[in-house]
Amino acid sequence: MTSVAGIEPPPHRSVGRRLSAWLYRWPGVRLGALLAAPFSWIVVLYLGSLAVLLVSAFWQLDTFTGEVVHQPTLKNFQTIVEVPVYRTIALRTIAMAVAVTVACALLAFPIAYTMARLASKQMRRLLLVAILIPLWASYLVKVYSWRVILGEEGVLNWLLEPFGATGPGYSITGTWLVFTYLWLPYMILPLYAGLERIPSSLLEASSDLGARSGRTFFRVVLPLVFPALVVGSIFTFSLTLGDYITPEVVSSTQFIGNVIYDNVGVANNLPLAAAYAFVPISVMVVYLLLARRAGAFENL
Amino acid sequence: MTISRKAWQYSRSRLTQLSEQPASGVPVDVRVCGLHKRYGDVTAVDGVDLEVAKGEFFTMLGPSGSGKTTTLRMIAGFERPDAGTIELGGKDVSSLPPFDRDVNTVFQDYALFPHMTVQENVEYGLRVKKLPRAERRNRAKEVLRVVRLEEYGGRKPGQLSGGQRQRVALARAIVNTPRALLLDEPLGALDLKLRQELQIELKQVQQKLGMTFIYVTHDQEEALTMSDRIAVFNEGKIVQVGKPAEVYEHPASEFIAGFIGVSNVIERDGRRITVRPEKIRVLEDGALPDEGTRVEEGTVRDVQYVGPVTRYHVSLDQGGDLQILTQNLEETSTEVLALEGRRVRLAWRPEQESVIGEREGVPA
Repeated sequence: MTSVAGIEPPPHRSVGRRLSAWLYRWPGVRLGALLAAPFSWIVVLYLGSLAVLLVSAFWQLDTFTGEVVHQPTLKNFQTIVEVPVYRTIALRTIAMAVAVTVACALLAFPIAYTMARLASKQMRRLLLVAILIPLWASYLVKVYSWRVILGEEGVLNWLLEPFGATGPGYSITGTWLVFTYLWLPYMILPLYAGLERIPSSLLEASSDLGARSGRTFFRVVLPLVFPALVVGSIFTFSLTLGDYITPEVVSSTQFIGNVIYDNVGVANNLPLAAAYAFVPISVMVVYLLLARRAGAFENL
Repeated sequence: MTISRKAWQYSRSRLTQLSEQPASGVPVDVRVCGLHKRYGDVTAVDGVDLEVAKGEFFTMLGPSGSGKTTTLRMIAGFERPDAGTIELGGKDVSSLPPFDRDVNTVFQDYALFPHMTVQENVEYGLRVKKLPRAERRNRAKEVLRVVRLEEYGGRKPGQLSGGQRQRVALARAIVNTPRALLLDEPLGALDLKLRQELQIELKQVQQKLGMTFIYVTHDQEEALTMSDRIAVFNEGKIVQVGKPAEVYEHPASEFIAGFIGVSNVIERDGRRITVRPEKIRVLEDGALPDEGTRVEEGTVRDVQYVGPVTRYHVSLDQGGDLQILTQNLEETSTEVLALEGRRVRLAWRPEQESVIGEREGVPA
């Protein structure tokens, strides 16, 4: 007993302390407590509602009563494949997403490169803020301001008038312009992060081994920044695929989103809308598989 | 004694003069004249002149921020000098970009392309020169054999150890047979044992290929081991150039004495002199010093037993402290440690000391 005398008594064991000790002994419980809320959010609400949506694609609308008939059928899918206008709209939307992604990549690269490699610290911060500020503004505000810009009496036409030209107006080109404007930051930020991660010694080594800037870009910079480019393109591509407000506001052209919106809201044909939602989802799945095949996620 | 000192000083000055230039008759591969570089308020390189002969292993040695790496980067073309010229093989390349200069660099972080295999990395320079595929293969294979990595051509850099990556970086540079190879602290990231192994390997490769190497390091031992000549850098200037033995045994200033080894400086008759610790002998009791040797008396203040050698710190009666290094040939640790606090007589030959000039620029 005397040998124990010198040791301090154990600290007062409060409930909190005992709980902590218990959780320490049961790491599985600790992990469960940590993940319970977010995990059930994702599974129940997010994936759950998605599942309901996809299941409803196999139901059918009774056009006479306007009621949804809960009987599995492939009729909705038959409609979107066979009716030419649905095919045209799907292809138009995909083409728009590609065009927006390419434009964003071409515009974003020089900006991201300047930020990551050339700009001073101060300049870099300034550019970063300049890119982030538009993200703080409401999406609707930005789209409607573009409506003003593109209008007949808008700023763009006023600017182009002295050169004898006119702006695209409310058209597909105008939509493309607005989409490119809206999603550009989502391309710049991943590209900037990707370019910043390339050590400058790699670019020097390429130059040292005799390569001019063009070869260094295609052989060293592009392959190394490719994963970041894919991340950015996933944003620009999927955001364009799903948007229905911008085409509505700055053009009179229909895109996938408009068709779904009209079927849900106006035509009250939820099953057809759900079936049409399969198009952008499967396009994204194919896109992600191709990106994975190209090795974009190897360093994730 | 004074006569011999004068004679020695004369011979020494001739010796230094000779080795400040590459040996006559050998063509100069790299010539740098009046190089200056400023970054804002900081002068990185402040008037550097140097000549490197064909096939020479030339080392730029100095503490960090002394301008050695900036000088190397200007030779490579990564930085543009504010003033001065750089000649490669007699041709002024000062305004040429790196890809038009016949030099290759081994980077401190190796800078291997992570998305390419070892083989592709090594072939990169040859591919740029549009060499036929078969020749690229052969030459890459050959240099990979030189660096003992012929089995690793298909691996990615991420699958190699630090020492292997270093050798790939070397292979990727030498495969282009540049006029000069520039090495920027290539062994800095490796542990001591591997570093020592690769020092020998690098030197062997250099001698085998007869290639001009310009080597940057802050490690004085590395510089002494590998170099044909060493240029010591301090505050953007070259403060001494010479063969390793000259720079080590006859440092031109207190800074060099302290940077390459232990400074060991004392002041006698108004002159500041330095002598290397291992050159000083401890005289036996009653032993007579040889004719003409310098003798100093003092007290052993501290003894450090370091296994193969023992280090003594002696306070001299005439002022100043000296460090002495002796090999433990016969002595045991008990014997050498017993010397602490004892009176000793120290002796060294006058040609083993160096008169040094200014005091400024002493490393902390």
